[in-house]
Amino acid sequence: MRPFGYERAESAVAAARRAADTGATFIGGGTNLVDLMKLGVMTPERLVDVSRLPNRDIADADDGGLAIGAAATNTALANDPRVRERFRVLSLALLSGATPQIRNKATVGGNLLQRTRCPYFYEVGLPCNKRAPGSGCGARFGRSRDAAVLGTSEHCIAAHPSDMAVAMVALDARLGVRGGDGDLRWLDVDALHRLPGDRPDREHDLAPGDLIETVRLPPPPPGRHVYTKVRDRASYAFALVSVAVVLAVEDGVVTSARVALGGVAPKPWRARAVEAALTGARATWRAFCAAAEAELAPARGHGDNDFKIPLARRAIAGTLAEAAGIAPEVPTGGRRATP
Amino acid sequence: MSDRAPKTTLVVNGRARELSLDPRTTLLDALRDHLDLPGTHKGCDHGQCGACTVLIGGERVLSCLALAVMHDGDEITTVEGLAARAGAGDAPEALGALQAAFVAHDAFQCGFCTSGQLCSATALLAELARGDLSVVTPDDDTVRVTGDEIRERMAGNLCRCGAYPNLVAAIAEVAGQGEEGAS
Ligand SMILES: Cc1cc2nc3c(=O)[nH]c(=O)nc-3n(C[C@H](O)[C@H](O)[C@H](O)COP(=O)(O)OP(=O)(O)OC[C@H]3O[C@@H](n4cnc5c(N)ncnc54)[C@H](O)[C@@H]3O)c2cc1C
Ligand code: FES
Ligand code: FES
Repeated sequence: MRPFGYERAESAVAAARRAADTGATFIGGGTNLVDLMKLGVMTPERLVDVSRLPNRDIADADDGGLAIGAAATNTALANDPRVRERFRVLSLALLSGATPQIRNKATVGGNLLQRTRCPYFYEVGLPCNKRAPGSGCGARFGRSRDAAVLGTSEHCIAAHPSDMAVAMVALDARLGVRGGDGDLRWLDVDALHRLPGDRPDREHDLAPGDLIETVRLPPPPPGRHVYTKVRDRASYAFALVSVAVVLAVEDGVVTSARVALGGVAPKPWRARAVEAALTGARATWRAFCAAAEAELAPARGHGDNDFKIPLARRAIAGTLAEAAGIAPEVPTGGRRATP
Repeated sequence: MSDRAPKTTLVVNGRARELSLDPRTTLLDALRDHLDLPGTHKGCDHGQCGACTVLIGGERVLSCLALAVMHDGDEITTVEGLAARAGAGDAPEALGALQAAFVAHDAFQCGFCTSGQLCSATALLAELARGDLSVVTPDDDTVRVTGDEIRERMAGNLCRCGAYPNLVAAIAEVAGQGEEGAS
C-alpha cells in the first residue's frame, strides 16, 4: 500500500473543508477503499475518516419521508423498522448485498460511491480507461461477463455493483451534499453517477471535498415492494442482474410503477421505459414482457455478457409479476412466450 | 488534526493495548504481527473469505478491510477471547458453548477457517436473539432459527474443507433450532 496521511474529522463541515483544502479522500467503512488501496488501484495521499461523524441517525422527516445520515451502516439501515415497513425494497436490497460482516462496517455514503468490480479495473497491469485514462477498455473485447449492457460507451463497459443504490434510485432519494465551502446542496440520487462517455474516469459530479452527508427518502410510492437479485451463487456475490420494483395495481390496472435495475449499467439504472409503458396499462404478463422488451431495446452485449439481455428482460417481467401477484406464463411447447 | 495518529489504543479481549502504527496497518496485521494474537487468520486479505472475522463492540467485521487507526479505543474480541467472553474462563483449555459444539459436531477439518467461523457465529447468535433480519427472513419479519437462516447469515465465512453441514449443525444446536428470536 502507498503511504498516506490519516486524520479523523470532528464534523461534516470540517471534513468537507479539510478534503477540499488538501485533496484528501474520505474513508467510510473502508470495505471498498482499503481493498482498492491494497491493490494499488486507488492511491490517496491523505484520508479523512468520516466513519464516526455524528451523521449516522435515521429519523422521520416532516413530509412523511425519512432522513438517513450517510455514516449509518448498511446493517442499521436494513434493520430500521421504518425502512422495513415503508421502504421495504431498500431493506431487501441491502440484505441482498455482501455479508453481515461487510454490512456492519459499510456506510450509506460509501455504498453509493463504491467502485466497479470490473476485473480490468481491479488489476493494475491491465488496460482500463476508468483507472488509467487512455489505456483502453480491456473488457470490451475481453472478459465481459460482469459488464454492462445499457448506457456503455466504446471507452468503458463497466457495471455499477451496488444493490442499495438501485433501491434508492427507485425510491427517488435525494442526497444532501456538504461542499468544501460549508454549504449543503441537494442532488437527486439518479443524477449522482455519470455515464462513461469519453470520460469513464469521472464517475460522478461531486467536487473534491463534497461529502455525502445525508440521504432523504421522500414519502414512499404506493404499492408492493420486491427486490430480485440474480447471481452466480445464492449469497455473497454481486448481481448479474437485479431489479427493484414498487408497483401499485388497482382493479387490474397499474396506477404507479417504480422500477430500477442493477448489474446491467454503469450506474444504478432507472427503468423509465418500463415505468412509461406500464403506468395506466393493464397488469398482465404480456404487458410486463412488453415493458421489459422496451427497456432492453437499446441494450448491447459484448460476447460474454450477451446473456444479461434476456436475463434482464425475464427478471423485470418476473419481478413485476411477483409484485402484482400474477403468475408468469411459463412457455409451453416450441414457441416461447417469455420475453 | 494531526497527520499521523501517533498512538492507537485497542482494547483486545478486555486488555487495553497501546500501539504506534503506520496508518496502513490493518486491524488483522495489528492483531497478528503487533499484538502476538495469531488466532485470527489471513485467508484472502481482500474481504472475500471471512477467515479474519473478529468482533468490534460485539459486532462481526472483517479485520483485513479495517484500518487499525480507525478503531482507536474500540473493544475487540478475537478467537483467543471467545471462551472468556462466553463465561467459560480464560484458561487455555476453556471452551465456550459454541466452541464445544464445534468440537462435538466436527465442524472443521483443517481448521484454517475456524477462528473466523467462531467469531462470526458468536455474533450471529446475538443477531438472532435481537431479531436482526436477513434476506431469507419470511415476509412476517419473524426470525426463526432454521438451516436457511444460518446458511445465509454464515455465507461470509468460506470453508475450503467443506465442513458446512457440520458447521450448520453446531450453530443450530447452540442457537436452538426451531426457536423464534424477537420479531
Ligand atoms: C467481498 C465483498 C462482497 C460485496 N458484495 C456486495 C454486494 O453483493 N452488493 C453490494 O451492493 N455491495 C457489495 N459489496 C460492496 C460493499 O457494499 C461496499 O464495499 C460498501 O458499501 C462501501 O461502503 P464503505 O463505507 O465501506 O465505503 P469506503 O470503502 O469507505 O468508501 C468507498 C468510496 O466512497 C467514498 N466515500 C465514502 N463515504 C463517503 C461520503 N460520505 N461522501 C463522499 N464520499 C464517500 C470513499 O472516498 C471511497 O471512494 C461487497 C464488498 C465486498 C468486499
Ligand atoms: S482475510 Fe479477510 S476476508 Fe479473507
Ligand atoms: S476447516 Fe479447513 S477451511 Fe474450513
